[in-house]
Amino acid sequence: MYELLRHYNYWLYALILAVGLYGMMSKNNLMKKLMAMSIFQWAIIYYFISIGAKKGGNIPIFPEHGIEKLTIRAHDYVNPLPHVLMLTAIVVGVATTGIALALLIKIWHNWNTLEEDEILERMRNE
Amino acid sequence: MNEQLPALVVIIPLLFSFLIFLIGFIEKRTPYFLLLISSALTSIFSWKLLIRVIKVGPLSYHMGGWEPPWGIEYRVDHFNGIVAFAVSFVAFLVILSFKERVEREVDPPRWSQLYALFFAQLCGLLGITVTGDVFNLYVLLEIASFSAYSMVAIGKRGAEFSALRYLIFGTIGACCYLLGVGHLYILTGSLNMVDMVNLLKNITDSSALRVGLCLLVIGIGVKMAFFPLHTWLPDAYSYAPSTVSAFLAPLGTKVAGYVLLRILFWIFKPSFPSEKLLLEILGWMAFTGAFFFSFMAIVQRELRRAFCYLLLSEISFLGMGVASGTLDGLRGTILHLINDVFMMGCLFTSLCAFIHQFEKEELRYLEGLGILSPWVSLGFLMGGLSVIGIPPLCGFFSKWYLILGTIQGKKWHLLVGILVSSLINTILIFKVLEKIYLKHPHLESLKKLPFTFLVSLVIFSISLFVLGGLASTIVKKVIDPWIYTLGGF
Repeated sequence: MYELLRHYNYWLYALILAVGLYGMMSKNNLMKKLMAMSIFQWAIIYYFISIGAKKGGNIPIFPEHGIEKLTIRAHDYVNPLPHVLMLTAIVVGVATTGIALALLIKIWHNWNTLEEDEILERMRNE
Repeated sequence: MNEQLPALVVIIPLLFSFLIFLIGFIEKRTPYFLLLISSALTSIFSWKLLIRVIKVGPLSYHMGGWEPPWGIEYRVDHFNGIVAFAVSFVAFLVILSFKERVEREVDPPRWSQLYALFFAQLCGLLGITVTGDVFNLYVLLEIASFSAYSMVAIGKRGAEFSALRYLIFGTIGACCYLLGVGHLYILTGSLNMVDMVNLLKNITDSSALRVGLCLLVIGIGVKMAFFPLHTWLPDAYSYAPSTVSAFLAPLGTKVAGYVLLRILFWIFKPSFPSEKLLLEILGWMAFTGAFFFSFMAIVQRELRRAFCYLLLSEISFLGMGVASGTLDGLRGTILHLINDVFMMGCLFTSLCAFIHQFEKEELRYLEGLGILSPWVSLGFLMGGLSVIGIPPLCGFFSKWYLILGTIQGKKWHLLVGILVSSLINTILIFKVLEKIYLKHPHLESLKKLPFTFLVSLVIFSISLFVLGGLASTIVKKVIDPWIYTLGGF
């Protein structure tokens, strides 16, 4: 049991990921699909951030002076790389949402609805 | 200058993309010429890059002067050298052809924006090809995808809906890829491909690694439109403006195919324990896909949709070549990847020219075009015959290697898949050719065709012959040196 709970961060991320995937597959409203897609993306960001964290870890910034005297042990500091990667991934996520919202506005103008099945049916009839 | 080449092929499209966008506010005509000149420049640089790689071996470029395992490395070896050249050259040819088509299809204020998106796409694709860093690859993958979503959405009514579907699929794919990168990063602590290859040697087997590999393959499979993950492609490419589909169809999926090969055979080795099973599964999926897509291609009534399915069945050929897991199979896959960029470029550019002439999408309007528009028909004929695999044209040689590979690997189902699916594709091509050459014209007269389409189609047709003639040289000089670096073959 302890073995399973020790990596609770992975369980959490898998749960959020599954929620996002379920939402994208089952929801009919395009806006809801989009929200589920954001949840899906955020699960991955959460996963990356959690792998960089350490218990009792300090921020990975060294003092400007006296660095020669310090003994630097890696496990005293949080791993900054996954966090930096996620800064980029967040930007990517924002851009995806931006494009998707623009597309939703265009869909609303053209079809006057955001329900997927209605749009599909009308596309078939045209 | 020569040391900067790997960065230049990515930086030029990126910078010009912004420049074209900004100039578009002031001037309507200059953006196109900037686009043309800079894409010519990009293809010249990528040609020089390829020649240099063949002469001196793999090149490595350190972004910002940071040493490889820490900084981003752009690494060009034989394989991505030739893919980068094929992509930038075909992009140049498509750009050369489509000025008047864009101007008729899109409103004037949108011209420069569309051009800027074309270049953002090219920047992403070339970046994916030359980068040596798995996370950088993710970012460039997203740059390419974003520009593709926006370009598709410019099309006719319904395009915005298929663009949104494409976006949702594409995002799932990119997220799977990112998760896979996360798994690899946890296990190796590195993002650099060369470094990762060395570190992975020490890890023989672990379930996390296997899951990571599967996630990477699924992610790239979505971008590549591999069999069960293809549903976004026919809609997106047939609702998009015809110029956009001419630009995206030859390039986007092939670059993803390159990434798949790089992951399966370079980062992971074929000796990796679970890869054998994965290749087996990929083989069956590609086998099913090849049949499915070929049949779907025949029954379509719309011009572009039919050829989208043809494109998908060509991608399944790549999958079958990968799955054969033999030396010749791999040779054939790489050769087919490069040939396919040119063949699909030729076919989709001639479709774009056809659509420009009669502004209709249905197949039946093609009737009698052999008389009305002989030159475009000839270009289409060349592309079509090459896809079928008629000897002097390039499609024959890559299929030959693919078939040899499946026989060597004793994968009989793949052999059947390749042969029967090519046969069905032949039916589609001949059905269209019959309409073009043997039927009486449906339409009285056609709209005038811009001269640029002819120039680009002539160059395309010549390059199909040249690629066919050079097939053994390409295998000897470019593909074999790369395969020998893999070891295990």
